[in-house]
Amino acid sequence: MRWTPSSADNVMAQPLLELRGLRIAFDTDRGQIQPVQAVSFSIFPGQAMALVGESGCGKSVTALSILRLIPSPPGKVLDGQVLLQGRDLLQLSEKQMRSVRGKDIAMIFQEPMTSLNPVFTVGEQIVEAVKLHQRVDTRHARQIAEQAMHDVGIADPDKRLDEYPHRLSGGMRQRVMIAMALSCQPRLLIADEPTTALDVTIQAQILELLRNLRQERGMSILLITHDLGVVAGNADAVAVMYASKVVEYATVFDLFDSPQHPYTEGLFRAIPRLGRPGGRLATIAGTVPSPRRFPSGCKFHPRCPRMNGDPLCAQTEPALREVMPGHWAACHHVQGFAAKPITQPTIDFRRPAVPPVVEATQ
Amino acid sequence: MSAAASTDGEALLQVRDLRTYFPIKRGLLSRTVGYIKAVDGVSFEIKPGRTLGLVGESGCGKTTVGRSILRLVPPTSGSVTYRGNDFLAYRGEALRRIRRHMQIIFQDPVGSLNPRMRVGNIIGEPIQAHGIATGLKKNELVTSLLQRVGLDASDAHKYPHEFSGGQRQRIGIARALALSPDFIVCDEPVSALDVSIQSQILNLLADLRAERNIAYLFIAHNLAVVEHFSDEVAVMYLGRIVEKAPARQLYSNPKHPYTMALLSAAPEPDPRQKSARIVPGGEVPSPANPPSGCPFHPRCHITRQAAREVDANVPPDKSTIPLPVLDLRQTTEIESGGERFRVLSKCATQDPPLEPKGAPDHLSACWVIR
Repeated sequence: MRWTPSSADNVMAQPLLELRGLRIAFDTDRGQIQPVQAVSFSIFPGQAMALVGESGCGKSVTALSILRLIPSPPGKVLDGQVLLQGRDLLQLSEKQMRSVRGKDIAMIFQEPMTSLNPVFTVGEQIVEAVKLHQRVDTRHARQIAEQAMHDVGIADPDKRLDEYPHRLSGGMRQRVMIAMALSCQPRLLIADEPTTALDVTIQAQILELLRNLRQERGMSILLITHDLGVVAGNADAVAVMYASKVVEYATVFDLFDSPQHPYTEGLFRAIPRLGRPGGRLATIAGTVPSPRRFPSGCKFHPRCPRMNGDPLCAQTEPALREVMPGHWAACHHVQGFAAKPITQPTIDFRRPAVPPVVEATQ
Repeated sequence: MSAAASTDGEALLQVRDLRTYFPIKRGLLSRTVGYIKAVDGVSFEIKPGRTLGLVGESGCGKTTVGRSILRLVPPTSGSVTYRGNDFLAYRGEALRRIRRHMQIIFQDPVGSLNPRMRVGNIIGEPIQAHGIATGLKKNELVTSLLQRVGLDASDAHKYPHEFSGGQRQRIGIARALALSPDFIVCDEPVSALDVSIQSQILNLLADLRAERNIAYLFIAHNLAVVEHFSDEVAVMYLGRIVEKAPARQLYSNPKHPYTMALLSAAPEPDPRQKSARIVPGGEVPSPANPPSGCPFHPRCHITRQAAREVDANVPPDKSTIPLPVLDLRQTTEIESGGERFRVLSKCATQDPPLEPKGAPDHLSACWVIR
């Protein structure tokens, strides 16, 4: 597929990471499934890009495939490119890839307990990661680990390094994971549901930490989440995924102010909001389709309030088109959709800094 | 008690000073060395067809409250009164009979359904066990229940694994409805579900409440969901209710610093955020070793701010936090999360009672806020 330059492309900045038409397949006992289809987006230096969607939409598989962490077999890349500053990660040897993981791109997961090894102390685990990527001796590595622990707001880092993971609370473990991810100064941090397992007050602390780290270090973040509240407060650009595809891609303000895809619209209407109690919630009819049984045409059409029996929706899958400058959507029923250009989705936008948090600790 | 003055009839369920302690056992002889006070003196009542929302962070005791009321976990002390009868005094067959009126819906729709039973049996078994119907009559009842929760009559022959998460939660609801209860504990009924499914389930629960006059104890950690669904909301912290008020009032005019922090920390789906947010420092202390005085004082932003002003001799008419009584104008230093702060002495030493603030039905446990 050939891309024409997007209207947002006249900006000079180069994206740090660019996905082009990524398509992933898994071979299963009951045939092949494709949980990721033609996914394209980009992340710029210092940008927080959110990938939102419900369970099974393909957001985590997309993230794992950036780091080539999809087990193969059964998984394989059918098509597409993952460009880190122009270099296609999918073409690298496994050895080259190992130096990318952790050093250029680090990842944190939803459940910090299962990502930490229970039989080693926190310090041993961070030191190992540091020594893998940097030519330092153990003593120096420990200093780096201590600094990283301090940077993520852990009091008494020297003592904490000698603790085992089970001695730490959930919020503290997630801080340790972030410290480990940061110890090698990655340019991109992939955070897969980093706060889903945490309580709201702890979640607020961790999100605040990620925001500060991004501002201080110019690090980029790919934030994978299902929580539109987390997206609203933290992302610069947002890609909404539904049933293996990006169905809408825009800046956080454009997406929340004028969602173009009926699925995005439905999601916004279905969430209860603080200060607006009572009444019935809007719903999206039906359920999320399984990758084994994706509907024909537009994958959202069986649940779509806009379709109204239009045979086009049931027959032809809409491509992601630039429906407004810098705003992409995939829906036949966006006004003038067929005439809109198909461009490489790329949004070089960073929101103004959010007002600082009033910490109880001040 | 005055707060619950009856406006629309008698309470269906009354909970008074409920305490549930779990022993901490140590050593070779498993001696009890202390107690985790999971629920530590909780009182409330729920009227027929009304919903009390219970919010709080993990470990605050909200789930234990729900289970203690149903005696799935034996309460240590206190009373639970159902329709004027002492529920905790029931034994044997009488207990079994009264239990059909009080049901529970669990968070995890996978773990709470027996994977080896067909859906028809999962829903039909309680109907048969309580002698409500058997055979064809029972099957008819199962069919009507399935249809009521939005499933198909033919689904009775399937196993739980054949359903999606949202559908499994519908099965759980159908099972809870099977005995026509008038009180249901909903323990995080939608937190495992996707957004688009969550609203379907919330609407279903609301419809059932209206149709059958069911009262709910709605336990959840998502503040927006609780506000949407509840008539009244109680906020729990370390085993106690720290604030309780009609839903709208609690959210528009919170009277406890912890509620303020919770509301402020909740991520709202609006990219243009409120100007300033309060994030409480530190983490929830262990319920095995709760702080002295007000349980929230080590994390409280109000007492710290007030202490700063008292220490700086800000005159009462100029301070941002006017202290209602003179005995609050003393400060002390505490350690929390490895750092040291100054707080009001009273907050650190004396436990504030849950008392009306402003309105008779708006209760809060805080020395500082009026």
